[in-house]
Amino acid sequence: MTIADSPTQSAKLDSKVPGGPMEDRWTNYKFDLKLVNPANRRKFDVIIVGTGLAGGSAAATLAEMGYNVKAFCIHDSPRRAHSIAAQGGINAAKNYKGDGDSVHRLFYDTVKGGDYRSRESNVHRLAEVSVDIIDQCVAQGVPFAREYGGLLDNRSFGGAQVSRTFYARGQTGQQLLLGAYGAMNRQIHAGKIEMHTRQEMVDLVVVNGVARGIITRNLKTGEYERHSAHTVLMCTGGYGNAFYLSTNAKNSNVTAAWRAHKRGAYFANPCYTQIHPTCIPRSGDYQSKLTLMSESLRNDGRVWVPLTKGDTRKATEIPEAERDYYLERKYPSFGNLVPRDVASRNAKTVCDEGRGVGPTGEAVYLDFADAIKRDGRSTIEARYGNLFEMYERITGDNPYEMPMRIYPAVHYTMGGLWVDYNLESTIPGLFVLGEANFSDHGANRLGASALMQGLADGYFVIPATIASHLAGRKLEEVTKDHPAFKEAEASARKRADDLMAIKGTRSVESMHRELGNLVWNYCGMERTAEGLKEGKRKIADLRSQFWTDVRVIGDQNTINQDLEKAGRVADFMEFAEVMMHDALVRDESCGGHFRAEHQTEEGEAKRDDEHFSHVTAWEFNGPDAVPTEHREQLTFEEVKLTTRSYK
Amino acid sequence: MIQKAKQGDMRITLEVWRQAGPGAPGAFETHEITANEHMSFLEMLDVLNQELVESGREPFAFDHDCREGICGSCSLTIDGQPHGPRERTTACQLHMRTYRNGDRIKIEPWRANAFPIVKDLITDRSAFDKIQQAGGYVSVNTGAAPDAHAIPVAKEKADLAFEAAACIGCGACVAACPNASAMLFTSAKVSQLTLLPQGEPERERRVLAMVDAMDDAGFGNCSNHYECEAACPKGISVENIARMNREYARATLIER
Ligand SMILES: Cc1cc2nc3c(=O)[nH]c(=O)nc-3n(C[C@H](O)[C@H](O)[C@H](O)COP(=O)(O)OP(=O)(O)OC[C@H]3O[C@@H](n4cnc5c(N)ncnc54)[C@H](O)[C@@H]3O)c2cc1C
Ligand code: FES
Repeated sequence: MTIADSPTQSAKLDSKVPGGPMEDRWTNYKFDLKLVNPANRRKFDVIIVGTGLAGGSAAATLAEMGYNVKAFCIHDSPRRAHSIAAQGGINAAKNYKGDGDSVHRLFYDTVKGGDYRSRESNVHRLAEVSVDIIDQCVAQGVPFAREYGGLLDNRSFGGAQVSRTFYARGQTGQQLLLGAYGAMNRQIHAGKIEMHTRQEMVDLVVVNGVARGIITRNLKTGEYERHSAHTVLMCTGGYGNAFYLSTNAKNSNVTAAWRAHKRGAYFANPCYTQIHPTCIPRSGDYQSKLTLMSESLRNDGRVWVPLTKGDTRKATEIPEAERDYYLERKYPSFGNLVPRDVASRNAKTVCDEGRGVGPTGEAVYLDFADAIKRDGRSTIEARYGNLFEMYERITGDNPYEMPMRIYPAVHYTMGGLWVDYNLESTIPGLFVLGEANFSDHGANRLGASALMQGLADGYFVIPATIASHLAGRKLEEVTKDHPAFKEAEASARKRADDLMAIKGTRSVESMHRELGNLVWNYCGMERTAEGLKEGKRKIADLRSQFWTDVRVIGDQNTINQDLEKAGRVADFMEFAEVMMHDALVRDESCGGHFRAEHQTEEGEAKRDDEHFSHVTAWEFNGPDAVPTEHREQLTFEEVKLTTRSYK
Repeated sequence: MIQKAKQGDMRITLEVWRQAGPGAPGAFETHEITANEHMSFLEMLDVLNQELVESGREPFAFDHDCREGICGSCSLTIDGQPHGPRERTTACQLHMRTYRNGDRIKIEPWRANAFPIVKDLITDRSAFDKIQQAGGYVSVNTGAAPDAHAIPVAKEKADLAFEAAACIGCGACVAACPNASAMLFTSAKVSQLTLLPQGEPERERRVLAMVDAMDDAGFGNCSNHYECEAACPKGISVENIARMNREYARATLIER
């Protein structure tokens, strides 16, 4: 081992993880935190950017506590955030099924599922507060599925052998978000939240090293606005749309996070992206997004492909003996419920072998025939009816009669802005919540854990840890005339002017598509050093082409969706290069990051704990400069590092 | 642009509403495009927009996000029907295989007083948020909740509450109603929380406040046409309206 590649701890990355026994850390930490006196809370202005599950829950709770909240979203209503689309469910260690679940087991499963690349203390806290989330949501009137006895029902999800997933048919995200939206509405009505819809954060304002405000563009009028506060919370979601095709909502973007990054917030583990195994395969070049079929389907659906290459018979005509239920065969104890990264990679492998099905050969079957035989059609309909309907609408096929065809697609991003135990980024006063931070899922997120994390961050973590900043630091008065606001606004205006002035020949959409193809091909389910180097070069070329040949139409002083999109794609272009750089530097395989050079004989991801048991956080040095690498060493006290096995 | 004809391609004539801003005059614009039967309706609009941009003309503005029928953003009236011809289907989930080569399709925004047009196909639906702000919640602070199993809820009630709660807030019900009434939307929330024990303590206050807010926002009255239920992509039932009417009458007796 040379000195250069030995893991070192960067001084800038103090995780602030408390000591003491793991199960007491959060409790003790909260006790030791300074408090903001209730009477003083109204003196603090809190900006919350993004009102999905993370931002919505934070906004409601902080307003209830007495802070002055100003919340912002790009949608016309907070109810439309991308969180609304989550289908399958939310985990909690309630052990209502008496099947041996516990906080410790959820903690353990999450650390293991993340392939030992997450921070133990954060994950433990997440598992602890998971139970409070369910209580809170039920009290809000979230209509979770119930059993005949009137108690809450649970289902199982990938990567776990207990039933701990709470759900509301196939619309769990919708119901949870509407719960948080209701809680926000109550505070809007009470005058404690000032809600700004159709406003895009286009820059972060940092005054004397502390985050003190944002610049927004009013998407209806094109006006730029300055908003100041004592702290800024960014809850702006993930960056899956760097791949163009993903299961994310079309407006999901990296812009807010990226612009904060450019102002000094380090970006952690951008190469950790999750490819979800059960999505509807693409059908043509015009495809604008991919649709997820909830992973809960793997509870009852069996995944298979024909045993032999080039078998073109209809699925129902292929006899049992000529089918390969490859997940059940390779992983007898987890079967169809292996974690997502494992399921996705295996689908790719069988398709690469030429055993894929459907017109493109890029699909595998997800078959419900046995489940329907066993439980009856009406039971399956009650469980998955809306998903089957959705599938039928999109493909024109009826999954009650024909197995579904599925293929992996980009779905979630584990990477995000680096945060410490307080959820504070490397810019003091800037906190990052939900999918936008990197915190809890390591190199692979388990199903039903993102909703849990977003709500944990917003309902339970930030309301406590925000005091570390508000009560712990002396904050001078800052007004919107401060030169930092002027500078940030001017730079945001200039960026938009520059985009409008290019007047090239190519549509933003077509360039985003091209970028997505590059990212998928070079930094998708399988990555190699050679490919990543080439990908980086190609992205750099595409980026320079973008800035000379893109065509943005229309005016700036009205709704201009083309301009909005151009700004976001410009950021994706810069971001994608860092993502590939990160994937290149992480010379190991772990979770969703699969480097072909590092695999076991059976083709499983091979970690290199000696050299890579750390978080990589990147510091921005300019769009054309190589970012500086910082490392946070991960230590494991509770969970023993082993090779993940789901056999 | 010369493109090879692909299987499933179809020529479609579109008439699309163009309006520069609130209060500006608007009109239909006609365009011809090649779509494919596998495209979603919004992907067909993407194709149109990309062609417009590449020929230096302004694309049509329209709201969309999830493209899987859950966020409630998309809001197109297609040939006079909110979300188009397919039952229980949002515009984003509508596929071009519903149409035939040579078809003519007319696309316009929601038409309702309470939803003013912002631009082209985009309307301002913030009146819906105002109704929810008036009382569409249970007043419980974070951290103050009892254990989730403290109050069992009969499965039938929980399921009914869920079905009401499945509303995506798109506004198709208002757009379909001859009076532009928001009864279906408002009653869905009122029903959800009336059916659950958690909603009980604020039962009267909630329905009165939400109905008042609905009237203040300029929505029309319900005269039992039930176009709303037919247009609703989530199949929200008009039984919710009946339930809200009962709740309202009951609350008026108790509270006023
Ligand atoms: C199809 C699908 C199904 C899923 N199913 C599940 C599931 O079953 N269980 C599970 O646990 N997880 C699931 N996930 C993951 C989960 O839904 C997300 O990770 C989670 O909802 C993210 O929440 P968030 O609050 O962090 O961000 P989001 O919900 O993405 O919210 C982002 C917010 O930021 C705002 N915003 C963005 N940019 C800006 C800007 N520049 N300025 C101002 N505002 C901005 C947006 O308006 C929005 O309000 C699923 C994801 C997908 C795609
Ligand atoms: S775009 Fe979300 S419902 Fe149509």
